[in-house]
Amino acid sequence: MAAVKRPPLPVILVANDLVEGEVLFAANNGWTRDVRAARVASDEAAALELEQFGAAQASESKVVDAYLVDVEIEAGVPVPRHYRERLRTLGPSHRLDLGKQAEFHI
Amino acid sequence: MYAYDEFDRQIVRERVAQFASQVERRLDGSLTDEEFRPLRLKNGLYLQLHAYMLRVAIPYGALSARQLRQMALIAETYDRGYGHFTTRQNLQYNWPKLRDTPAILGLLADVDMHAIQTSGNCIRNTTTDCFAGAAFDEIEDPRPTAEWIRQWSTLHPEFDWLGRKFKIAVTASRQDRAVLKGHDVGVRIVRDADGETGYQIYIGGGLGRTPMEGKLIREFLPRAELLDYLEAILRVYNLEGRRDNKYKARIKILVHEIGLEKIRADVEAEYASIVAASPKADLREFHRIQAAFDAPEFADLPEVSRKLEQAQANDPDLALFVEHNLFRHKHKGYASLTISLKGIGQAPGDANAAQMRAVADLAEKYSFNELRVSHKQNLVLPHVRLDDVAEIFAVLKAHDLATANAELITDIICCPGLDYCALATARSIPLAQKLSRHFGDAATQKDIGELSIKISGCINACGHHHIGNIGILGLEKKGAESYQITIGGDAGDQFAIGELLGPGLPETHVPEALDKLIAVYRRERRQGETFIETYRRIGLAPYKTAFKEIADAFA
Repeated sequence: MAAVKRPPLPVILVANDLVEGEVLFAANNGWTRDVRAARVASDEAAALELEQFGAAQASESKVVDAYLVDVEIEAGVPVPRHYRERLRTLGPSHRLDLGKQAEFHI
Repeated sequence: MYAYDEFDRQIVRERVAQFASQVERRLDGSLTDEEFRPLRLKNGLYLQLHAYMLRVAIPYGALSARQLRQMALIAETYDRGYGHFTTRQNLQYNWPKLRDTPAILGLLADVDMHAIQTSGNCIRNTTTDCFAGAAFDEIEDPRPTAEWIRQWSTLHPEFDWLGRKFKIAVTASRQDRAVLKGHDVGVRIVRDADGETGYQIYIGGGLGRTPMEGKLIREFLPRAELLDYLEAILRVYNLEGRRDNKYKARIKILVHEIGLEKIRADVEAEYASIVAASPKADLREFHRIQAAFDAPEFADLPEVSRKLEQAQANDPDLALFVEHNLFRHKHKGYASLTISLKGIGQAPGDANAAQMRAVADLAEKYSFNELRVSHKQNLVLPHVRLDDVAEIFAVLKAHDLATANAELITDIICCPGLDYCALATARSIPLAQKLSRHFGDAATQKDIGELSIKISGCINACGHHHIGNIGILGLEKKGAESYQITIGGDAGDQFAIGELLGPGLPETHVPEALDKLIAVYRRERRQGETFIETYRRIGLAPYKTAFKEIADAFA
């Protein structure tokens, strides 16, 4: 089997909650909606673990579209490198009153 | 307006019950994501960047006050208090929860609405002129034809799984206000030399990653033959269209690859076999539908309203609104009134629940209970008395809906872009807001005059960028958002795909680039000439030169 292509490390696991649709991040224990509490995988083994957690949660119909996102650590907090994924951690950029940016004052 | 009969109601109710059961099965795990995805898409439910999105069908953009109030209620109860009107005359909710969608669909069914066929590879909402039933220049109201097509295309078993989506637009005016040539099929209502009303049919138009201009496939089709002829087109497309590559699966690619003559011959042959095999087409159903669209009881009014003239003389804001947002009505003393959802600095097409209710009240009080959604993402009160315009304006002003910019540079079409959409490659709304503020001064807008800016956040072109006088396409370039600018696009009778001016620019430099293009227009324009007319006369070169100054400076 060909090696699974993963984004460069470190990574976090992102998915959508099946019921709510809301963006979730894998935490040390279950899921969080706040990216600052996301579990960061810094090596291959940890990334694989995250990936397996996502697949298991998807097959149990807890989440959909789980995938790894590469991040940088800024002030101790994971920040996705790509602007699309950064937006997913925050909410619509023209409506700061909505989404995670409003809820968590990020 | 057309009112649902018992069959329409039954179809919609059964569909709600069916989807409720599918959602239950998804939530309890008996349906997998792969199994459920096509089912939810058949009911207009997408999974977007931050949440689910539900797209509600607004057939040919026509709404009653009651329906709009229901949409306000849904926005407040199940969403975040607002909705987004789209370029396909539909409405999108950006934050519904999966478990709530059956209840939302139930509320829609209560007012004869649904989300069927707002997604997926099927025949989508048939769109039309936003001034349908009111425009001074229409041959007849195009809505009965659009409704006829809606009924034929709804749950049509043969066309439920096409190679790709299929969009039809109808107009009954000489001036095309429905982007006929940008649709898979465009239907123009015309009269032949004997005065018989029928249809001119265009085929193979579309935007997206391969923009194409629709081509005339039938010069005149007698009215009774419309549905059989559309059936023949769809059947040829369904059989011959490509399914190996989703980007080459629209009918425009088939028309392009086999040529107009061949597809015309295929369609006519298929049509002949349909005609031979079925009873002679008649107009009973069309006439039944048409009767439901009887024109309201218009009063006999003088052409000019002294009341409005006096009010305008006392209120320059009202005068400006009258100048830009009224459209000529077929009846003396009336007008169609555009309610701009493009307030300066606002997200194009968004309306909150309070605004929806205010507009619904206005429709009930002043416009025979009728409303339209335009593909330009505005709302229209189709039949208002000129005498009432000042009162309507006052209410609109109180709800931040009185922006006098219809057809002006700040009347920007804009897709949701990367602020909501999972497919987008760049944001579009913040750029629309920035340009709106940049050009928002009333005197500036008046001086620039009619000019369409259309912005898409990806190559799929929901924001119609190809056919904007100035089109903007948001892409990713080296890990950052970048905006390509085109010029010379036209959505109307002189349909044209815009020409690319040069390399993409960062968002920060787009306003300055547009300033340069507009400076060329100001310098070169002749008396009374619009932006696009000057462009057509002088050509691309001077604009390209002006653009290059910006592109070079920021390269």
